[in-house]
Amino acid sequence: MSTTQETPVTAIKTQPMPPHRNGRWAGYSHLLMARLLELKREPEVVFWVFVFPLLLALGLGIAFRNKPGDAASVAIVAGIGPQDAQALLTHSPQHELFKMQVLPAAEAQLGFRLGKFDLVIEPDGKGGMEYRYDPARPESVLAKSEVNDALQSAAGRKDVITTTVVTSSEPGSRYIDFLIPGLLGMNLMNSGMWGIGFALVDMRQRKLLKRFVGTPMRRGDFLLAIMTSRLLLMVIEIGLLLVFGVLFFHMRVLGSVFSIAAIGGLGSLTFGGVGLLTASRAQKIESISGLINLVMMPMWIFSGVFFSYERFPAVIHPLIKALPLTALNDALRASILEGTPLLNQWPRLLVMALWGGISFVLALKWFRWT
Amino acid sequence: MPAAIQCRDLRKTYDGKVEAVRGLNLEIQPGECFGLLGPNGAGKTTTIEILEGLSQPTSGEVSILGHSWRKDEREMREWLGISLQETRLSEKLTVRETIELFASFYREPRSSEEVLEQLQLTEKADSWVGKLSGGQRQRLAVATALVCNPKILFLDEPTTGLDPQSRRQLWDIIRAFQRDGGTVLLTTHYMDEAERLCDRLAVVDHGQIIAEGSPADLIERLGGHHVVEFSVSGSNGAAGASPGSANEAWRGLPSVESVREDDDLIALNVKQPHLTIPALLEAIDRQGTQLQHLSTRQASLEDVFVRLTGRHLREE
Repeated sequence: MSTTQETPVTAIKTQPMPPHRNGRWAGYSHLLMARLLELKREPEVVFWVFVFPLLLALGLGIAFRNKPGDAASVAIVAGIGPQDAQALLTHSPQHELFKMQVLPAAEAQLGFRLGKFDLVIEPDGKGGMEYRYDPARPESVLAKSEVNDALQSAAGRKDVITTTVVTSSEPGSRYIDFLIPGLLGMNLMNSGMWGIGFALVDMRQRKLLKRFVGTPMRRGDFLLAIMTSRLLLMVIEIGLLLVFGVLFFHMRVLGSVFSIAAIGGLGSLTFGGVGLLTASRAQKIESISGLINLVMMPMWIFSGVFFSYERFPAVIHPLIKALPLTALNDALRASILEGTPLLNQWPRLLVMALWGGISFVLALKWFRWT
Repeated sequence: MPAAIQCRDLRKTYDGKVEAVRGLNLEIQPGECFGLLGPNGAGKTTTIEILEGLSQPTSGEVSILGHSWRKDEREMREWLGISLQETRLSEKLTVRETIELFASFYREPRSSEEVLEQLQLTEKADSWVGKLSGGQRQRLAVATALVCNPKILFLDEPTTGLDPQSRRQLWDIIRAFQRDGGTVLLTTHYMDEAERLCDRLAVVDHGQIIAEGSPADLIERLGGHHVVEFSVSGSNGAAGASPGSANEAWRGLPSVESVREDDDLIALNVKQPHLTIPALLEAIDRQGTQLQHLSTRQASLEDVFVRLTGRHLREE
């Protein structure tokens, strides 16, 4: 290396400025501000935390929107007297429930096998009908019973008992109403696990945690700042998704804003604690990614995000209910859809508090700063 | 006045097997710039992290300005500036935000503007850390250490991977800190850095100090003043047959202190080249071999290191 261009030591005058004293919470408030700025400047975070759940709700809400029951599609085998059956059905009061096609027998059978038709009607030529249906397909069973009713009443059957019908597709009982609280819960879990677990391991891998503990920074303040940023984000997450549900799907929110926020806050802290525990020792972001997915996987499946866990065998219900996401989802649904007061939900809140609290204590014990 | 940094019989064993530091003693006075020089894996980083209180020694005592990590950690953090080897600061924060974040941890930090100016980062104050060059990042790392107005500055390989100009800028900053009365402990595997910056050095290898002193002193004691390097044709065969005896022949030349062989280059550490070279030429003539190459230069710390360990500093 040549020394010809060596510059003389630049005269740096360090004129003494009046010392600035930091208060007790200066470190905490700077850490919180830094965390929020980083999140704001990370477009991926904005997408995954805020936009993605909205898109998911929109997509699923449209796919499973409530619409008039599908018209049953019925094949009538061409042959002797198909016109009779068709005429009877067309003139029956329920005729808009059916889509009818007259076809040769072979074609009708094929269409039935492929699921194109729910029911095949074959007039036997003596005024009688033969129904071909599949008892394992609900829509096939339904079509058989409806077609039979329609035919019989069109042919003059009189009902013995007078019945009246009330239809119910009110807000509160639709799929989207079930879905949105589930998405809220899942989102709080996702952002708690990734926003805390992943972020901490990333900082550990970058040796930033080690650098921080090389300063007089209070370690508790650091963790508190991370948790606070999580809570602030939670308020926005819940608010956005609920407002979206109300505006777009005319969802009805029965519970008070306070109790929903309280449940959301507890849920955030719970998954913050679980995230912290998951991240307490991992050194590499590759290993934490695997761990986080491992922890979240059972809850995605069992905790009733997209469908009710009632579908699982009753034996394992107690186990499912002991999962923190189940407790959070159930609590959110009860509060949002039924307006159940917080006090009546204490077992669910307790489940969450235990998961969060125990995780937090263990995490602090095992946490590796370096 | 207590020593700025003192440690006695420092040992660090990982998992009960790997001995990274094996009985290391240091005493660094206030106002000194002290360097730990050694190849990768010599135990420099382990040592400096123990002294910084970031890692627990398996055994041994550490005292920083008379304080011990066990009793006064929080107090000591207020006046120690640390720059680790390769900390990746948050890329999405600006330079100023980063410095202010670190400043917020101390009771009485310096003003961020002053630190920005001292480290020539004022122009970059509002740029994201992710957009900085290697040299600027390293200056920022040192800025986060200087923001607390430290009494002692710990720098772990501060200039590794930097271009010559950035290295020089950092050297200026370190010298200025020292001129204002600060104590510096740095690790490096660059000879020129150690020679220029450090008042005293310890050469570390396999977790132990194998030589200690001022750069000039070390060179004089261990390197000889000059190095005469030469190669001869046909010496390969001769050396291969009996390298010991060949070396003996060179060792016997006037004013030669030591001999080493580097591939087919033979290096003599010499006090007075004008006595050695004529004798050397004569010896070669007598052997009937041909001189292929001959050069002389000032001895450097590299020579000291090779003499002590038989290896070059930057060999893996």
